[in-house]
Amino acid sequence: MPETTPSAGAPAEHPLVRIYRTAALIHRVDERMRGMLTSGELAAAYYSPRGQEVLAATLAHSGVTSDDYLVTTYRGIHDQIAKGMPLDELIAEIFGKATGSCKGKGGPMHVTHPDSGVMVTTGIVGSGMPIAVGLATSSSIRKDGRVTVVCFGDGASNIGAFHESLNLASLWKLPVIFVCQNNLYAESTAYANGTTAEHIADRAAGYGMPGVTVNGNDPEAALDAFTEALDRARAGEGPTLVEAVTYRFMGHYFGDPGTYMDRAQYEAALAADPVPALRALLRERGLADEEQLSAMEQEIAGQVEHAIAFASDSPYPGADELRLDIYREQVPA
Amino acid sequence: MTDRTVRKERARKITFQQACTIALDEAMAADDTVFLLGEDVADREGGGTFKVTSGLSTKYGTDRVRSTPISEQAIVGTAVGAAVAGMRPVAEIMLMNFITLGLDQLVNHAAKLRFMSGGRTGVPLTVRTATGAGGGTGGQHSDMLEAWLAHVPGLKVVVPSSPAEAKGLLLSSVLDDDPCVVVEHTQLYWTKGEAPEPGLRIPLGKANIARQGSDVSVITYGRPVGQVLELAEKLAGEGIDVEVVDLRTISPLDERTVLESVAKTRRAVIVHEAVGQFGVGAEVSARISEELHGQLAAPVVRVTSANAPVPFSKPLEDKYLYQISDVESAIRKSMA
Repeated sequence: MPETTPSAGAPAEHPLVRIYRTAALIHRVDERMRGMLTSGELAAAYYSPRGQEVLAATLAHSGVTSDDYLVTTYRGIHDQIAKGMPLDELIAEIFGKATGSCKGKGGPMHVTHPDSGVMVTTGIVGSGMPIAVGLATSSSIRKDGRVTVVCFGDGASNIGAFHESLNLASLWKLPVIFVCQNNLYAESTAYANGTTAEHIADRAAGYGMPGVTVNGNDPEAALDAFTEALDRARAGEGPTLVEAVTYRFMGHYFGDPGTYMDRAQYEAALAADPVPALRALLRERGLADEEQLSAMEQEIAGQVEHAIAFASDSPYPGADELRLDIYREQVPA
Repeated sequence: MTDRTVRKERARKITFQQACTIALDEAMAADDTVFLLGEDVADREGGGTFKVTSGLSTKYGTDRVRSTPISEQAIVGTAVGAAVAGMRPVAEIMLMNFITLGLDQLVNHAAKLRFMSGGRTGVPLTVRTATGAGGGTGGQHSDMLEAWLAHVPGLKVVVPSSPAEAKGLLLSSVLDDDPCVVVEHTQLYWTKGEAPEPGLRIPLGKANIARQGSDVSVITYGRPVGQVLELAEKLAGEGIDVEVVDLRTISPLDERTVLESVAKTRRAVIVHEAVGQFGVGAEVSARISEELHGQLAAPVVRVTSANAPVPFSKPLEDKYLYQISDVESAIRKSMA
């Protein structure tokens, strides 16, 4: 699981504390990325996960292991961090450096790290789902016990691949969880202006699989939904569609002013911002005090600065990389 | 082996379709990560539209020979995902025109995931697909689209010309570590040829000098190869010595074999069934011009099908297709 997992021997943390730790890491990374994009220290196509941190952290702590497969999208940095990707390699990849997880050849939209189960990150909306079906087919044939989790947005549920994938996964009873992170916007199109189903999860009925809608920003509710879906998948009972409703605070891409976003809805979402809300909940329930939380956040900040320094100091890939990894064998000059 | 059994073995002929089945059978027997998926491929559904997978689900089970719904994105995408997980999926896309529905998975994912992951993942899948004009199947069931795919770095595109070639190239494709698309010509499926030795694999990316000659190089692949070989025998009677280069693999293109042949003959005629515009012939012609311009005794000539959709009406379809008489004229013109 994430690098921030306590060292062996430490008393087991409450699940909500673990979720907060991961969410805080995502939050810090995102904050720094946006800061560096604004200042010009970083140039990259960047899709902020601001608002979806707790959702990704909850999913990662619901029983998903590093052996389980993850497929995510261009807006996937929260999922990749939560899945336990080494931060140095992740940030270096976003910087386009040779030390990145993909040697700088993939970038933020194509982050891959099979050791932590980050198998595919796609820049094509909806394309992850058929691939997830394939990963799960492999597990089904090999009986390796892995579950595949595929994350996508509400917009992706309108693509043909969504429907083909749900049908095939259900037909073959595959160990896959379709996690729709419904952040209410498909690029610039508000949910109701592009989607006819009241809930994305309603579409599961058409494919003979359970579909559940849950508040993705409520870690306790979401944890139950994800755990149940994982249990079903591991028991060989087939796929589940989990619609985790959340909110995208930033525009579609970095720099998108989001003028199309409903102000009242934005204000309401901001008032319920899941990261500070979870922080407050931990204090309220006595799961962590201010001192502990500050120390945790300070440790996280240090870890993020280390990764940024590592990325900044790393070299760019050389021109020979243009002939490497096209095929397994190097393409002749 | 006695002389008699050797003769019997040599006399054994198989169809192109049987050759494809043998390749899949051998691959499945050799490597348990190989599995098949596609519309109707299991025996319950008839063993595939062209019966190439017939018998295999009975032999290997429906876990490894999986009939799918009519869902090309999901078929190719499932193959991509399984390949990323380390399996060797062989997806059948019934007809090449239907590959359009799976192109996102093939072009954006299968072709690029190795590169975009910095080599962390590979995509050892094979897509088998059938196509070709001549059977009256019209504009949406007959196109040769290999040039589209060859334009994408990361894919390997294979077009076999005979049963033995199909056997050896398909087996190599399935066991290759990169994504391969194997194009099987519908008009070749029931043609017969020499049965290949069991286990025969033909390396990808290497062209074959199907006939040695000294006067003119005909560079071709797929269905026209057999027709050009017959023409070459006819012309040999007139003292025109034609070298026939079967590309076998369109991409990666075996440029060296092509250039060595043309450097020797100083004349090149390129023949393919696909339409000419922006096609494989244009690429081969450009490479010849770039490397051998000053040495050529005649301009490079392409003989292709017409730049039109494949028509239905039989006489019109015949006119649409590349003409062997045009190949003959091109050779004579080149020799003039």
